[in-house]
Amino acid sequence: MNDTPFNFKDYVRSRFFPHMWCPGCGHGIVLGSLLRGIHELGLNKNEIVMTSGIGCSSRISGYVDFHSLHTIHGRALSFATGVKLSRPHLKAIVPMGDGDALAIGGNHFIHAARRNIDITAIVMNNKIYGMTGGQFSPLSGPGKKATTAPYSTIDNEFDIVELAKSAGATFVARSTVFHAVEAKDLLKKAIMHKGFSVVEILSQCPTYYGRKNKEGDAVQMMEGFKNNTVKIGSKKLEKNPNLIQRGIFVEDTDKPEYCEAYDHIIETAMKGNS
Amino acid sequence: MTNKDNIRFIQGNEACVEGALYAGLNFFAGYPITPSTEITEHLSERLPQTGGKFIQMEDEIASMGAIIGASLTGNKVMTATSGPGFSLKQEALGYACMAEIPCVIANVQRGGPSTGNPTHVSQGDINQARWGTHGDHAIIALTASNHQDVFKITVEAFNLAETYRTPVIILLDEAIGHMREKLIIPEPGELPVVDRLRTHVPKGVDYHPYLPREDDRLPMSDFGAQHRYNVTGLFHDMWGFPNNDPAVVNGLLHHLVDKIENSVNDIAMYKEYWLDDAEYVLVSFGSSARSSIHLAQNRRARGMKIGVLELQTLWPFPTDIVREKCANAKAVIVVEMNMGQVITQVKNAVDNPNNVFLANRIDGQLISPTDIKTVLRMIQGKGV
Ligand SMILES: Cc1ncc(C[n+]2csc(CCOP(=O)(O)OP(=O)(O)O)c2C)c(N)n1
Ligand code: SF4
Ligand SMILES: [Mg+2]
Repeated sequence: MNDTPFNFKDYVRSRFFPHMWCPGCGHGIVLGSLLRGIHELGLNKNEIVMTSGIGCSSRISGYVDFHSLHTIHGRALSFATGVKLSRPHLKAIVPMGDGDALAIGGNHFIHAARRNIDITAIVMNNKIYGMTGGQFSPLSGPGKKATTAPYSTIDNEFDIVELAKSAGATFVARSTVFHAVEAKDLLKKAIMHKGFSVVEILSQCPTYYGRKNKEGDAVQMMEGFKNNTVKIGSKKLEKNPNLIQRGIFVEDTDKPEYCEAYDHIIETAMKGNS
Repeated sequence: MTNKDNIRFIQGNEACVEGALYAGLNFFAGYPITPSTEITEHLSERLPQTGGKFIQMEDEIASMGAIIGASLTGNKVMTATSGPGFSLKQEALGYACMAEIPCVIANVQRGGPSTGNPTHVSQGDINQARWGTHGDHAIIALTASNHQDVFKITVEAFNLAETYRTPVIILLDEAIGHMREKLIIPEPGELPVVDRLRTHVPKGVDYHPYLPREDDRLPMSDFGAQHRYNVTGLFHDMWGFPNNDPAVVNGLLHHLVDKIENSVNDIAMYKEYWLDDAEYVLVSFGSSARSSIHLAQNRRARGMKIGVLELQTLWPFPTDIVREKCANAKAVIVVEMNMGQVITQVKNAVDNPNNVFLANRIDGQLISPTDIKTVLRMIQGKGV
């Protein structure tokens, strides 16, 4: 734990700024929550490896003053698996876009969850491909407008929480950029959890999703996160079961973590060899 | 002195495993595919015995990603695959070129395209090794025709990966990968092993991960150590920060290509047999070099002036060496199991490309000395 006041500049690379995000983009709030969380945990910057893929969200890795690995679209979790398994004492954090994590990267997502390798996956879900200019994603859901869905989408969406749960993630949580403090606290728990942790954070892309779907500007979109979500098990769900739940859905500390399990393999192999 | 315990009778794929361990491999990620699977299987057993790590990933893309991640934490890394899997690796392989990550990729070739001829021999991936990933880049690819050489070029692959900070491809073929023959494992120290060049920049002093030294080498700092920097597949400056300034883009691309192409003669490995007075030169590599050597030996016994140039480095292509070795030849026959991939390079290298002929086989069968003899007799104007 760390009681010293948080200073954003201690955690970012000034050389890298200004950032590339549009005004009103939700991704910067995720960055803020993440850095505050890391500060409060008092983690050593040298022990954090931030690995990301490609997308507006993935640019986050370059901005932070940790070891940072900006890889290729969808594959960040596989690079992070190499980092983590080879040096289990490092903290592996992987911020991802919804397309990055669940379209092109969907296979790596479920397999990292299945292995229960100690990586924190943050899905910055804006329900759109921001970086490439507003095409629909596997999180858009049906009836949405996108540059590749001029007549509206017919594709169903994933539920990230359900997917992560059934794939075997041992920590699964959801929040939104409106709930930045809650998001920070969930991220802290996820980072300290030993095993594969997933935090979905609903984020807004006013530039494409907002405009195409007439959801207004950044402020209106954030109000939407406030009005359309509730804490897990809230009474409000009785009246409106369509509200999106926030909080911790899974926290399982019994399942063996992958790198620790591999250490036992090494022990066995070395015994057999001597 | 050869210790009896160091003598093995094994498959070429195992010789590759032994070479990798000798070179200091300590992280492997892979996905099974014929005819490379034995490399993956053997390493799952051998690596943890040495304290190293093995992981079977969900596919070849993920395997490539995992080894790049593990290389950045300071490990010697490798993956192994064959045609379809090699195709899947190409995007991440380009990433390793761009971000200058040492890693070794073994491709035990089978017949292609597509699922092709999984259990049969081919040498059809030579050009894919060169140009499989998009964009201008340079690549190093090595091959061998017997198990002692497979061991040696595997060690060399790791050495070159470290020296040039680049992916290095080992191109075996199904015949070499699955054939069993003797391997004598060299004693430690017998073959040179190049270790990771790490920076001496002290803590608190600005470290430039992408600023080459005078000798063009780039000392690394392990992820987890004191220097925190950015690694990206975007064009980047000396700190590893994305930068698309035309001068930066131009400079980086030249650096990536020049560091390898300008060292072509240092990287070149080859063997020659009876070339001194050869009027006929067989240029070959991998298992087809075995048939070439066999035929040349047989024809020599009958007084024919014939020799073999066996290439072990296929990329960067040793153009000057091929030109020099073929300079006095009446005819050059390129022996390969594809529709003519290396022959393009040989024609480009020699003074008279009209004297370069192809002896090939593409049906999944090992090219035989007789197949080569047939081409030789045609060139000589003799009946076949
Ligand atoms: C192999 C590959 N395919 C496609 C792309 C193009 N591409 C870049 S980012 C992106 C989608 C980004 O969307 P998302 O992951 O949701 O992140 P966001 O930008 O919305 O934060 C795509 C399709 C690419 N870079 N690489
Ligand atoms: S395009 Fe959308 S996701 Fe990308 S920076 Fe702009 S607002 Fe954010
Ligand atoms: Mg998105």
